[in-house]
Order: sequence, then C-alpha cells, then structure tokens
Amino acid sequence: MKKKLILSFLVVFSLILSACSSNSSSTGGKEESKGKLDIFSWWTGAGEEDGLKALIALFEEKYPDIPIENAAVAGGAGTNAKAVLASRMQGNDPPATFQVHGGSELNDSWVAADKMENLNELYKEEGWNDKFPKELIDLVSKDGNIYSVPVNIHRSNVLWYNKKIFDENGLKAPTTFTEFFYVADALKAKGITPLALGDKEPWTATHLFETILLGVLGPEDYKKIWTGDIALDDVKVMEAAEVFKKMLTYVNEDHSSRNWQDASQLVGNGEAAMNVMGDWAKGYFVNDLKLVVNEDFGYIPTPETAGDFMVITDTFGLPKGLKNGDDVKKFLGVLGSVEGQDAFNPLKGSIPARIDSDVSKYDQYGKDTIEDFKTANLTPSLAHGSAAPEGFVTKVNQAVNIFVTQGDVKQFIGSLKSAGSELK
Amino acid sequence: METVKPTNSQSVIQATRKKKKLSSDHLMALVFLLPSFILIVIFVYGFIGWTGYVSLSNWNSLIPDFSFAGLKNYLYLFTDFRFQADLRNTLFFTILFIGLVILLGLSLAILLDQKIKGESIFRNLFFFPMALSFVVTGVVWQWLLNPSTGVNLFLKTFGIHPKWYTDTTILAGFKWGQIEFGLPVAMIAVGIAAVWQMTGFSLAMYIAGLRGIPDETREAARMDGATEFQIYWKIILPQLRPITVSVIIIMAHISLKIFDLIYSMTGPGANFVTDVPGVYMFETTFRGNYYANGAAIAIIMLLSVAIFMVPYLISSRKGEA
Repeated sequence: MKKKLILSFLVVFSLILSACSSNSSSTGGKEESKGKLDIFSWWTGAGEEDGLKALIALFEEKYPDIPIENAAVAGGAGTNAKAVLASRMQGNDPPATFQVHGGSELNDSWVAADKMENLNELYKEEGWNDKFPKELIDLVSKDGNIYSVPVNIHRSNVLWYNKKIFDENGLKAPTTFTEFFYVADALKAKGITPLALGDKEPWTATHLFETILLGVLGPEDYKKIWTGDIALDDVKVMEAAEVFKKMLTYVNEDHSSRNWQDASQLVGNGEAAMNVMGDWAKGYFVNDLKLVVNEDFGYIPTPETAGDFMVITDTFGLPKGLKNGDDVKKFLGVLGSVEGQDAFNPLKGSIPARIDSDVSKYDQYGKDTIEDFKTANLTPSLAHGSAAPEGFVTKVNQAVNIFVTQGDVKQFIGSLKSAGSELK
Repeated sequence: METVKPTNSQSVIQATRKKKKLSSDHLMALVFLLPSFILIVIFVYGFIGWTGYVSLSNWNSLIPDFSFAGLKNYLYLFTDFRFQADLRNTLFFTILFIGLVILLGLSLAILLDQKIKGESIFRNLFFFPMALSFVVTGVVWQWLLNPSTGVNLFLKTFGIHPKWYTDTTILAGFKWGQIEFGLPVAMIAVGIAAVWQMTGFSLAMYIAGLRGIPDETREAARMDGATEFQIYWKIILPQLRPITVSVIIIMAHISLKIFDLIYSMTGPGANFVTDVPGVYMFETTFRGNYYANGAAIAIIMLLSVAIFMVPYLISSRKGEA
C-alpha cells in the first residue's frame, strides 16, 4: 500500500516536473534573448514551419554570428500568438520582430500605438520600392511611412471545386453569381451538396461573405467601405447580403460542426462540389488529402472577382525600444530578398510578395497566382484583419454567425452598421 | 482552538503559560501563512479589483485607455444579442446539468448501496470520467454527437437523426430582448457531455453520505414496519440534504464558469446557441481586443457565482461558530 502511494506520488511529481520543463523551455528562452533575435510568429503547421526554418537557416548562413531563435506560438490561426504578442508589447518587452498581417492589423494597432519604427530607409537601401507592388506597400504603410516587410501572399478569393463532379455532370466552374446559382441548382437536383462550409469558427462564413462583397461591389467600392466612403447600409452591401443569404441555402447541413479543413475535405472526397477558402486550402488538398491539382480539384476566382486579388500578406516589422534593431534589419533584409522569399514560400505554399522572384520554384497553382498577382487589383481581406480593426472584425463575425442561422438581412445590415462605429 | 477561560489562580498561571506557548505557535503559523496570504491578496483579490477597475474603463482596443466609462460596458453587454444568448444558455445549462447530476448520482448511489457484488468496480467505472479534463471530454463528445458521424450512424438505422449541438431550435421560445428565450436544443448535447463527466463526483459524494447513515436507523425503521421506499424517502433522503447542498454549490460554480468543455466541443455555435459567458469573454478580450468588455463579463461571472457561494459560506460559518 505504502509503496503504491510513494509510486503514485513519484508519477505525479515527474508529471509536474515535465510540465514545468516544457514551460520553462518556452519562457526561459526569453530571459536570455536580449541579444538574440526571437522571430515571433504562429507558424507551427506542417509547411509553414518548414518555410520558417528554411528562412532562419538562410539567415544563419549569412550572419553566423547573430544568434536567432524561432519563437513561434502554436494554435488557432494566430489567436494565441496575438494574445501573447499583445501582452509583450503592452509590457514593453517586444520580440525582435513579429508576424502581422499587412493592413489594419498592423496600421490600426501597433503603428497607431506608436510601437513601430518606420522602415523607409531600409526600403531605400534595399531598393524595394519598385520590387513590391505599390498597392502592397500601401497596405503596410501609414501616412506615407512604411512599417513592415511582406514575406508572402495568400489569395483569399478562390473557389475550389471537385473536378470529377463538374466533369461528370457536364458543368463549368462558375464565374458569375448567375452561373453559380445555375450550377448549384443543377448539383442540388442530383443530390450533391453544392457548397461546402465549415463555420464552427465563424470567420469562414465572414470569409465567404467578403468574397461576395468584392464580387458585388467591385474592387474600388469594396475598398471604399473600409475607408468609410461607402456606408455599411449601402444598397450594394444589402445586395451582397442577399446573395450571401441565397448561397447559404446551398451549404451542407452540418456546417456549424465543421472547421475549414472539414469543409475542404467534403470537396476533396466528392461529398460537396465547391468551397470558398483562401489558397492555404491548396496545401491541405495536396499534402493532407493527397489530391492532384487540376485533376482531382480545380480552382477559379470566386464569382465576379476574376481581375481582383483579395490579398492576405504576412509581414514583419521592427518594434520600437529594441537594443538590437540593426540585427533585426538584417533579418528583414533577408526576409525581403528574392532568395529569402523563394526559400520560404514554396514550402509554405504561398507566393512571394516580390514581383521578381524565381517562378520556376513554384507549382502550377503558384505560377498562375504569381501571374494574377502582377496584374490584378489588390484588395484587403476583412476576415483576416487587413481591411479593418480586429474589434470590427470580431463584431462582423458575430453578426455573420447570427445571420447564417436567422437570415434576416435588415438585422444583419443593422448590426454591421452599429459595428461600423469601429471604423474611423 | 478556543481560548481557555481561567477560573482560579492556578489555572490563570497555566493559562498564561499556555497562552505564551500558543502565541509562539501562533507566530510560527503566521510566518508560514504570510507568503501565501500575500500572494493571494495580490494575485487573486488584487486582480479581481483590477478587473473591476478595467471593466469601468474605456479600454476597448489594443491601446490601454483607463479613462472612466462608468457602467457603459455593462449596459452594452445587457443589450447585446450574444450576451443575452449567453445568459439564457448558462441558465438552462445550469438547471439541466445540476438536475441530472444530482438525479443520476443519487440513483446510482442508492443502487450501489444495495450491497451488490463488485460494487467497487462499478463505483470506479462511474467515477473515472472525472479523471479526464473537460477538453478531452469535449473533443470526444464532439465526435460522438457529430450529426454526420458518431452515434448518429447508429441512430440512422432507426430512422432518426438528431442534429445535436448543431441544432439551432429554441424549445418553447418567445421573443425576449434581442433573443428568443427558451431551451436551446443544442445545449442538451453539451449537457449530456458535462453530466457524463460529473455524475461520478456526485455519486461518490452520495455514497459517502449513505455510508454515514448508521445501519441502526434503518433497522429501527424496518422494525417499525416501514417499507424500503419509505425508509429512503422519509429517513435517508432528508439526511442527505447537506450532501445535496454541497453538490449543488460545486456543480453551480463549474457550470457558471464553464469554458473548456464548450470551447473544445462546439465553440459559440450557430446563432450562439451554445455560447457561454466564458467563451464570449475569451473571444472578445483576446480576439477583438475589447479588454473592458471582457473584464465586465468576468465581473458578471464572478457575481453570478457569488450568488451561490456567499450564502453557503455564511451558513457554513454560522455552523462553525
């Protein structure tokens, strides 16, 4: 009996120890990192972690004497990382550099709080001003000053479809809303779920809605919503809400129990025909579901957004109050170089933010997207924090979550409008 | 440790000696208690105070803003669709959860009390879910009650397919404020998972209670010709009342603060049918950066638990004195 007791105590004790040690390895690093470059991100998933490691390896090769550390925080599309970042920034203990989406997530928070150094000099030295698209530089600038370096580009307005289903039923991937509903009706008649949605986390529904907004309003007017030049209760926004409502009648019944991967899976294994998701879904199709691009699944811009590119860009900036700011700039230099971008992006499954990278390193989807990126109108994503402050996005997510069930356009527009007080 | 009242001179001397000894004990106790006392005062009560302070401020973005906002954040919450839905969900979840945990725990305890064979095996079986974390329970039941997989594959053969936690119907609903007030069907699914986990706990409490009732009482009742049913209904159940009170208190504070089970099992749910204040607080604070709103939710949660805890603490103090 006594032996058992001691044994169980030992087990508990060793559990506690191991819990502590795993803790201390993540926080303990911070103590000694004053001279170290801690690269803060939420890239812990399969391809993205490899990309980050390749980038860090490249930096170590170039600057072997500068210690560098991967300080990624896992979990939930960056939710945990953002919470950790917020407490570090507010406690004046910023990481050397951190991942932040270009647009509002950068400009209306850390730049507005005067926590970021401007990088105009670095851009001039590196000659980047004509290497990134102008609209992209605008996305990481506030009042004419540049605050971060984009490393990759994801496209959010992509419609993924199951090629076999479309071929068997003699259908063509829809390019307009009319075509979309025509195709959806045809599929529904055959008993196939036309559109897969997984809104257990409500941002996926917001994601769908923003592509509809872009389709209905066009890029110029879409951008005007976020600057306040077009009201959120504008007729066109209402029209988009009506389209959204109609689209929701074609989704799988169990959408609220699925996340985006589960929804992509429905398309992958032929239970549903189409899915709107950012192009990280390609990585999921290819790497996790082992499907072949243009054979098992196809892609096309979401209806009526052919010349538009809803852009999500991960960027890194330089926080104020660091001792090793020059080292950070060296890292940003690698990050923004052709070599750095081509090391990171093929692994991550995104495309480079620079327009002069080596196209041959990318797969067919990457090549197509790089081509589109050069000529398309870039628009900031709402669901991913580029178009508007996170407070607004949170409220839109709530309004969308209610709308998906209730389908009350008037109420939806009303909540959007009252959330709009967040847009200054 | 009552202080000794001196009656004569001899005992006075004894008492002072005792007192001296006591006070050095007392001092030692104080010294050992002090660190945890200070830590608790700062890190529990201090931060409750800080949260209360933040909840009255305008800090609703990444940039701290401690200007006084009065009750603005609270007023906002009580007109907010999501928070109203949270209150409704918490109410029904609490009723469902506590009711079932008591009912099942008590029935199982009475059954196990019939001196059956292998009682300890059963007791352990029922008690084991307690050892799991709510997160694990949440993930397991998310799969079990997934409408397109899980138990529905089995139920399909009988021609029924409940939508479980994806069901957005509100039973017996009527319009109240912004929301429809009634029993959210999806909450039943969450309730099942929570009851599955916590029934073992009330079972253990009740078994301990039943064991505390001397056999003589039952014997005496039997001698007087009471039926088994009468013995349980009139004699044993009334004696178990303190146990029931404890179970209610413990379950209430779990259910009012529940977060991990729901976060891992359903999230806020379509139309917020499975959302609870804990989830809302987390999302609005750490996703939306509405720090003051989040703090206000925290304070409301604290007060709602206090409604249960304070009377209990007061009555147990009275019992001590």
